[in-house]
Amino acid sequence: MRGPDAPGPSVEEKKVQQMLIRKPEIPSSEITPEATYLNRRQFFGAAAGALAASALPTSLAACTMDEAEAAQRDEPNSYEDITSYNNFYEFGTDKSDPARLASRTLRTRPWTVEIGGLCDRPGRYAFDDLVRPHQKVDRTYRLRCVEAWSMVIPWRGIPLRDVLARARPRPGARFVEFTTLLDPAQMPGQRRSVLDWPYVEGLRMDEAMHPLTLLATGLYGRDLPAQNGAPLRLVVPWKYGFKSIKSIVRIRFTERMPATSWARSAPTEYGFYANVNPAVDHPRWTQARERRIGEWRKRATLPFNGYPEVASLYRGMDLRRNF
Amino acid sequence: MAAPAPWQLRAARWIRPAAWVGGLVPLALIVAAGFTGGLGAEPIEEVTHRTGFATLLMLMLTLAISPIRRWTGWNWLAPARRTLGLCAFLYVCLHLVIYLVDQGFSVGFIVEDVVEHPYVTVGFAAFLLLVPLALTSTKASIRRLGKRWQKLHRLVYLATGLGVLHFLWLVKKDLRDPLIFAAVFAALMLARLAPRLVAARRRPAPVETRGPVHP
Repeated sequence: MRGPDAPGPSVEEKKVQQMLIRKPEIPSSEITPEATYLNRRQFFGAAAGALAASALPTSLAACTMDEAEAAQRDEPNSYEDITSYNNFYEFGTDKSDPARLASRTLRTRPWTVEIGGLCDRPGRYAFDDLVRPHQKVDRTYRLRCVEAWSMVIPWRGIPLRDVLARARPRPGARFVEFTTLLDPAQMPGQRRSVLDWPYVEGLRMDEAMHPLTLLATGLYGRDLPAQNGAPLRLVVPWKYGFKSIKSIVRIRFTERMPATSWARSAPTEYGFYANVNPAVDHPRWTQARERRIGEWRKRATLPFNGYPEVASLYRGMDLRRNF
Repeated sequence: MAAPAPWQLRAARWIRPAAWVGGLVPLALIVAAGFTGGLGAEPIEEVTHRTGFATLLMLMLTLAISPIRRWTGWNWLAPARRTLGLCAFLYVCLHLVIYLVDQGFSVGFIVEDVVEHPYVTVGFAAFLLLVPLALTSTKASIRRLGKRWQKLHRLVYLATGLGVLHFLWLVKKDLRDPLIFAAVFAALMLARLAPRLVAARRRPAPVETRGPVHP
């Protein structure tokens, strides 16, 4: 939480906020009241209500929400949805596994992050020492999973570039590699070799330094829950969710493109860039549409997940080949 | 063969209703979850997965009846086969209807999905194969079709195989559940083929043509 005497948002931060879908500082009163989500979660009650409210023929005729309607409905998902529906294979491959297990087994304090590789100031930082010097920001981003569902999440964190700049990357640093904790005792899903542990992700330097790229430490104004990648995770809103690596223990500047976990495990299905792109399908399913969690009808997926300001990073690149 | 024990005669009376009750348990669990919030943040996806899973489960149980009958001599199990098969058809219909609604009944999306995505193609093919089996599940059909009925109903092997393939091809990474189904399916097929192969071996060898011949 920001103290009362903390400086207000910088000019730069104000500019970023204008690009976003929602103003910062979500008061906790906006967290969906429990009664509301419980009501929606009573599937059959809700389904009957939806049918009664909208004449059946019209709702079926419109197979996908049109863009204007979709844009109007960019409200944050409930805290309950965001913290109960998670892909975090370190705790199991079912989306309910992380919420069930992570808070019981993951110890997020003390937490050390090692920053190294091609930089002038490598070091090992306790979580608080890493985070405290930086201004925290609130950013509400869309998150689009490669499995064709999405959410809107009010994150709190630090722009990644503030942290990276502190380490003074050398000119030869072209990529940044991130690594998740490796500890099967704390992360029981690592006992099965579903992926090659530890989880590794990476960004090109310009992607990592982009003002939208966030190191999140919280959501809805609270500390990050374990199942969402506590104590700190990456958030890259224009890329598929698997790029946004959780529970980071190491950040390295590298010259070569990091060998990232999903790209290694299925190179024909998951690429290094993984920019949200409705024009390039996953080899096995379409990426043209998505379901926003909490909605009945699917909506069109937007290029770069609706963050066109990042398009210039990829000028001249064939995004069909660099998927 | 010995006459069935009294308990078997009693079981014969109860097997059909028992199979219906058992076969509808997955549906009851889905409905219960739907009223208590147990379907999670993505209820449509969850119901789709659960009905698909229930379809494969019912198909496996259907295919298990005959081998169990053969090994144990429990012929009273026979009526469960049709009931469980019809339950499989019920679940695959629910599965398909949810899918169609989820595509907004858009013919364009559906055709594209079936043509372009192999897991959808094989899933849809499996459904189509099950339709004639459900339609000919009545006693009248069995009588009318005679020997052809048995031939037709061998399609269940192909449909089940395609259903398992559908599951294998759609999971993102964790193959454990579809591989368990694949192993069970392989075992059930082996249980059918192995006795035939053994029988073929034991048949008297064909007349030896080499060696001394009668002058």
